[in-house]
Amino acid sequence: MGKLKVWRPPAAILAALALELGLENSSRHPPSRHPFFLYGLALSAAFFLLASLAGRWRPGIGARLEEKANFNAAVYAFLGLLNLATNKFALLPPLFFPSPDRILGVLVLDYPYILGECLASSAKLLFTGFLAGTLAGLVTGIAVGFSKRAAYWVNPAIRLIGPIPPTAWIPLVLVAFPTTFLGGVFLIALSVWFPVTVMTSSGIANVQNAYFEVSRTLGARRNHQIFHVGIPAAMPFIFIGLFSGTCSSFITLMTAEMIGVKNGIGWYINWQREMLSYANVYAGLLVIALSFYLLVTLFFKLRDRVLVWQRGVIKW
Amino acid sequence: MVGKPEGAAGGGAGRISVRGVRKSFVQNDGSPVRVLAGLDLEIGAGEFVSLIGPSGCGKSTLLRLIAGLIQAESGTILLDGREISEPDSERGLVFQNPLLFPWLNLYDNVAFGLRARKVYRERRSEVGEFLRLAGLEKFAGSYPHQLSGGMAQRAALARALVNHPRVLLLDEPLGALDAFTRMNMQDEIIRFWRERGTTMLMVTHDVDEAIYLADRVVVMSPGPARIETILPVPLARPRARSHPEFLQLRAGILKILHFGGQVREPSYQI
Repeated sequence: MGKLKVWRPPAAILAALALELGLENSSRHPPSRHPFFLYGLALSAAFFLLASLAGRWRPGIGARLEEKANFNAAVYAFLGLLNLATNKFALLPPLFFPSPDRILGVLVLDYPYILGECLASSAKLLFTGFLAGTLAGLVTGIAVGFSKRAAYWVNPAIRLIGPIPPTAWIPLVLVAFPTTFLGGVFLIALSVWFPVTVMTSSGIANVQNAYFEVSRTLGARRNHQIFHVGIPAAMPFIFIGLFSGTCSSFITLMTAEMIGVKNGIGWYINWQREMLSYANVYAGLLVIALSFYLLVTLFFKLRDRVLVWQRGVIKW
Repeated sequence: MVGKPEGAAGGGAGRISVRGVRKSFVQNDGSPVRVLAGLDLEIGAGEFVSLIGPSGCGKSTLLRLIAGLIQAESGTILLDGREISEPDSERGLVFQNPLLFPWLNLYDNVAFGLRARKVYRERRSEVGEFLRLAGLEKFAGSYPHQLSGGMAQRAALARALVNHPRVLLLDEPLGALDAFTRMNMQDEIIRFWRERGTTMLMVTHDVDEAIYLADRVVVMSPGPARIETILPVPLARPRARSHPEFLQLRAGILKILHFGGQVREPSYQI
């Protein structure tokens, strides 16, 4: 049973390969320069063959292959069906639903431009904004959390400005900032700043007072209490704020690039849509999906490392 | 003997004088409740004193006043002749809940006081020594949630003691432990006390515990709190809980607490 399960993904790949080779392409789909879909399937087949060989030596790889076998098989079955619905029988409008062949082709042929320029530009904008927003959010949150006077003056501003969707500032940002890059940084920082501020200050407000009392009887003065009791105790809340900020920064990044910033992956998608090159639009979406997936995975790895002390305290 | 008592604070220091201390709290409906109305208590350096009495008789309030976490309305509290105004590492406090910092492992929990006082670099070796004294050297890298209740409380004691306090204030530190762990911990506390010579002031609801540990048992009564009586415990340590004199003291204290024929404290059966 287990042995057979491992062969489900290669079987799905072979089925997709057989259909790709055995059926004529529809004349309504523009031909692609190279049979990229075929190459992709062949590479995948080789990968699974090697992986299952490696699984014999390394039980860890084998177990993972087996665990993911159904999911991987489903992915290739879906790709095979998509190929049938587009390239082979043109069941969907060819203009808006290009064949997997052409989407893969864009990724292979255009990758220096998509990755090297668009994605790099997006990443620069995202990281600058995210970093600025996180720093500002932590500073505001800590100040509001610990100082009554800061809370008095800053809280109303947070309540007033915070809930405005950052993209609503775009008309103002376009005229207020010398470059669209700086404007974009401001918008992304704003979208990170709000959740980080709110979660940091409420995280600090939620720390049991007894921890502060204990730390005082151990000789901790105010600064030590802030940095060694308040902030670490509020870390689980701060990470919720950071996660929420990460998600809204993605939204803001895409909107900013589609409206104002004349560069980046969001701008690329919008531009290709205007040119009716939907294969490029899908390629761009794939790149975004994979990049954001990678960032969120990294974020959770970092959280698990920082909050390792929570393991066993709460359900993960 | 672990480490050395700090400077001039060592030796005979750790004398507490509570003189005419008053304290009231404001209730939710705005009316004040007097908890302490002019309390006097003298505790000698290196003495072990138990405070016992029904809930709400101001025992914990007195402990928090001595810790400096709250301020008295009038009266003074002196430690070796100096007035107490705010919390300080010279007066350690251990609660019923060990309150270890969950984000720090045991080593860093015990090292917290040294780092807070910026003496960690010179005295880092003491962290290991106190972990060993508490029998927790194998758990230095463990996080608090991985410990049993007794281990966590021992770690909390080590964390307070690494600062070499002149006074250790114990607010029902064993209240949440099962009976056997509790008796073991009582011996641990006596061992700590003998090795360090720290003045100990312990609030408890357990008459046996009060007699087993203390040089003197202070029996308090509520509304507002006053000291009903102070009983010296003339028994040599280690004490036998079944010794006739032990039982006699126990009967005496119970009688005082039952005064007026009311069971005011239903929780001290053993």
